[in-house]
Amino acid sequence: MIAHADNIPSGRHPLVKFILRWLLTTNHKEIGTLYLSFSFLLFFIGGAFALTFRAELAQPGLQFMGADFYNQMVTLHGLVMVFGAVMPAFVGLANYMIPLQIGASDMALPRLNNFSFWIMPFAFGLLLSSLFMPGGAPDFGWTLYAPLSTTYGPPSTDFLILGGQLMGISSILGAINIIVTIFNLRAPGMTLMKMPMFVWTWLITAFLLIMAMPVLAGVVTMMLTDRHFGTSFFEASGGGDPLIFQHVFWFFGHPEVYIMILPGFGIASQIIPTFARKPLFGYASMVYATAAIAGLSFVVWGHHMFATGMPLATELWFMYATMLIAVPTGVKVFNWVATMWDGSMTFETPMLFALGFVVMFTIGGFSGLMLAVAPVDFQYHDTFFVVAHIHYVLYPGAIFATMAAVYYWIPKWTGNMYDERLGKIHFWTAVVALNLTFFPMHFVGLGGMPRRIADYALPFTGLNTFATAGAFLLGVTQVLFLYIIIKTVRGGPKATDQVWEGAEGLEWTLPSPLPLHTFETPPKVD
Amino acid sequence: MKYAFSCSGRGRLAFLLFFLASGAFAQGWDMRPGVTEISQDLRALHHMSLWICIIVGAIVFGAMFYTIIAHRRSKNPVPATWHHSTKVEIIWTIIPTLIVIGMVIPATKTLIEIEDNSDADLTILVTGSQWKWHYQYLEAGFGFFSNLSTPTEQINNIEPKGEHYLLEVDNPLVIPANLKVRFLTSSDDVIHSWWVPDFAVKQDALPGFINEAWARVPVPGTYRGQCTELCGMNHAYMPVVVDVIPEDEFQEWIDDQRIALEAQGEAAIAARSRDWSMEELMPIGEDVYLSNCATCHQPDGSGQGITYPAMTGSAIVNGPIEAHISTVLNGVAGTEMQAWGPQLSDLEIAAVITYERNSLGNETGEVIQPLTIFNSR
Amino acid sequence: MKSKRNPKKQIAVLGLTVAGMFGFAYALVPLYEIFCEITGFGGGTFEQAVIASDVKSGYIVSDGGNREVTVQFLADIGRGLPWEFRPTEKQMRVKVGEVHETRYYARNFANHSVTGQAVPSVTPAFGATSLQKVECFCFTEQTLDAGEEVVMPVLFYVDEDLRADVGTLTLSYSFFPVESAEVGVMNHATANMEHL
Repeated sequence: MIAHADNIPSGRHPLVKFILRWLLTTNHKEIGTLYLSFSFLLFFIGGAFALTFRAELAQPGLQFMGADFYNQMVTLHGLVMVFGAVMPAFVGLANYMIPLQIGASDMALPRLNNFSFWIMPFAFGLLLSSLFMPGGAPDFGWTLYAPLSTTYGPPSTDFLILGGQLMGISSILGAINIIVTIFNLRAPGMTLMKMPMFVWTWLITAFLLIMAMPVLAGVVTMMLTDRHFGTSFFEASGGGDPLIFQHVFWFFGHPEVYIMILPGFGIASQIIPTFARKPLFGYASMVYATAAIAGLSFVVWGHHMFATGMPLATELWFMYATMLIAVPTGVKVFNWVATMWDGSMTFETPMLFALGFVVMFTIGGFSGLMLAVAPVDFQYHDTFFVVAHIHYVLYPGAIFATMAAVYYWIPKWTGNMYDERLGKIHFWTAVVALNLTFFPMHFVGLGGMPRRIADYALPFTGLNTFATAGAFLLGVTQVLFLYIIIKTVRGGPKATDQVWEGAEGLEWTLPSPLPLHTFETPPKVD
Repeated sequence: MKYAFSCSGRGRLAFLLFFLASGAFAQGWDMRPGVTEISQDLRALHHMSLWICIIVGAIVFGAMFYTIIAHRRSKNPVPATWHHSTKVEIIWTIIPTLIVIGMVIPATKTLIEIEDNSDADLTILVTGSQWKWHYQYLEAGFGFFSNLSTPTEQINNIEPKGEHYLLEVDNPLVIPANLKVRFLTSSDDVIHSWWVPDFAVKQDALPGFINEAWARVPVPGTYRGQCTELCGMNHAYMPVVVDVIPEDEFQEWIDDQRIALEAQGEAAIAARSRDWSMEELMPIGEDVYLSNCATCHQPDGSGQGITYPAMTGSAIVNGPIEAHISTVLNGVAGTEMQAWGPQLSDLEIAAVITYERNSLGNETGEVIQPLTIFNSR
Repeated sequence: MKSKRNPKKQIAVLGLTVAGMFGFAYALVPLYEIFCEITGFGGGTFEQAVIASDVKSGYIVSDGGNREVTVQFLADIGRGLPWEFRPTEKQMRVKVGEVHETRYYARNFANHSVTGQAVPSVTPAFGATSLQKVECFCFTEQTLDAGEEVVMPVLFYVDEDLRADVGTLTLSYSFFPVESAEVGVMNHATANMEHL
């Protein structure tokens, strides 16, 4: 990346210039870099929280912390990973890649773009500062169930609420920007059905964000007024109902899950054809399947609430609708396999991560299908089986996909090839560690271990010790990832403009490394 | 990486074998079968969906790993160029739809079975509060609280952990075998969830609302479970223990409880009909404090942050006695301070209040009599 | 680049969608209540049935055949309310379609007046629409003076539309303290907070 201080007054101290440049930048590549770096930082913070409570879970009994601090770690891990690591990482990739992939010179609303990013550090500053407050950080899980979070929440809950609202504003503005960019700045000839899959999945994700994030903002605002302004949305004593919280939260929460997955689908749909040297199978059905998944995500929220005493008819509806999601998801997996079929494959690191994503995400999809069976959910619900499920979906679906994307595009960004040997080591240790961490959780869950407990009965010891060992290994592999990235940014074998032999798309017509300004005259697409 | 796993599937298999080979794992690998008809139905459903997933997975991953091996560049240097086939796409939309329909039919049947509202032989009101269960036998008209009985020394790794570590209580719920028992769940504070895996009963306990579930347990024995909804600090320390006894012994057990209750009533009358000295009350109060109050307010009365105020120097403990009694008896709305009136006897409350006002750094010199407590409720 | 689309209009539409969805989150609250009223979900009962004036126990609302069900009564006290509160009878056998009366007993054992409000709940949840209350104390605040005792009647009937497989309905009242300026329970909470 070239230091190119367009709009910075001259004659200042270099450090001031550096800060002003990043603070005021409206360049999509720089903002993309900011988002990606920020999410990487929070990924490590969220991971540190996870290792903290995994250490406590290595053995039964309380060794390192009180049960209350354990709950704070669990809560912050969830919030930081979902809102601080996964979502900004995808927004960063969108910022970086969407203009390049559709042949635009920048995002449609560059100043808004800058604003969206710089909200994030404040949002997470508020959230993380809660750790140092009297009464401690929020300790009621990332799902924020009332009344534990309202009547009984620590004072720092208000910081969480304000942080959540800021984060919501940031996401909404980012989504508006992405939609407007895709609708208006496509190069001549780039029709919607010619867009790369990453752009398609992000377009659909952006609509999910527009629909879902305001609902989150609404529900945390209700929490705030319940806590301080005398309303009782969630308080039975005032005529409210704690279940309203769960309904509204999951109305946001389930689309949120797909917000964290769909861009990953797009990334896999770009990488697999590149390394199979064969076009994506069933492009149109991929688009329709993504849209179907997104649409269904708004009518399945009740499957998080089977044990709350729902009437039979409602349970049946949510079970049927949820199981239906397996169909478009299956289509996507089949299409990826068909794309590989009779291709001419090589297995560079991005391909490995994309394949790891497909395999392990599918395992997460299977456990999701099992969880959708409402009667059996009474046994799975709120146990470690659910923890295993969500991590099989999200770790490969969001984290592996992001890593695949970084390996795939970093030669284009920096002009340097990453270290292929280290990349492969990173992949294989991550796969081993991931399965070591999360696979045993299926069994402890089936055996009857509830989630979110600081201490557990003796029969669960062995598998928990394993999971903890896996978690620490997983942590170490991500330090290796950081090292690989730093090494690539600093130097390495020069990348060609094409980078990958089988890669197709407008971004590969540009020089490596990318100049700061690209596609100032829109390319022609036929 | 000479012996790197050639695929992640094989890697997983290696782990599984390793897990199975190591003897350190006392738990099973499968969903617990449980003892009720429903729990066994659920396990069968679980197996059905698991096998469907395994078979579909074997086909999909099989195809994938085949193509990874057969269509790598060294084997297949010239890639094909086809990229869609409407026929194939329709087929693999229809097949999963049929599979899903096949799964849904037995699931719907079982769900309807669970939703059985016919008359029960016995109704038990299960009320969660931070962090214990309160069981009330509605027909017999009595109830009791069920607290974790694992000593804190075991939790803090001072003593070796017992066999039923964290899954043991002072007063287990007792129900008769073979009869249909209806469980009504509710809560006094936050949402809890009452779960006995072997009965396949998991029902959220919501403050201000009532839910219901039922079980008919054919096999007498002791069954253990836990609270499964995050309910605050001691969520891990809220076990469920149910003793299922033969049907014909149940009435006898109820009668024993009644006799015990009468004895308690007589003891309470005896306790409030005389004056107690501070020397008598303090040791009783200390016991009550340590087993009920110390989890939150700490054994030395120093409290924990804002949520659990310190006893030492507290405005309530050193203020008017009446407010102190009311706080202990009725709890405080909107806080984690629960009502102890239903849980402790007059003597115990009198003793613990006396203890709090004359220990833990407080020195009011006041002695509270059981009679005062009796008259305050 | 020529585009027929108008970005400003798009932004406006997207902005309105955001505002609309924020509003929708709030709209979910009444929507949920309507949903509950139709299905009984949540077990809350929302409105008092109005059938006729001067209804007494024994009034026949509709012909339920000879079907009988058991109605159980429960009482619960919210945290911080210094009251004794219980049903005067645990359960009764009632004819479907006929108005019955039961009573709840409450006593304030504090030495000052206290206000509470009762919240009803019915299980099984869908039974809430069938267990119709003609007269009850749950829709208004109740203030009891120091030491005051009251007996509060509940007039109700079980509607004939109750699902055939249901044999027992449970009606529960939870009494919660209502914040008041009087020397009430909340003062203890305040005292508690001041100490911090």
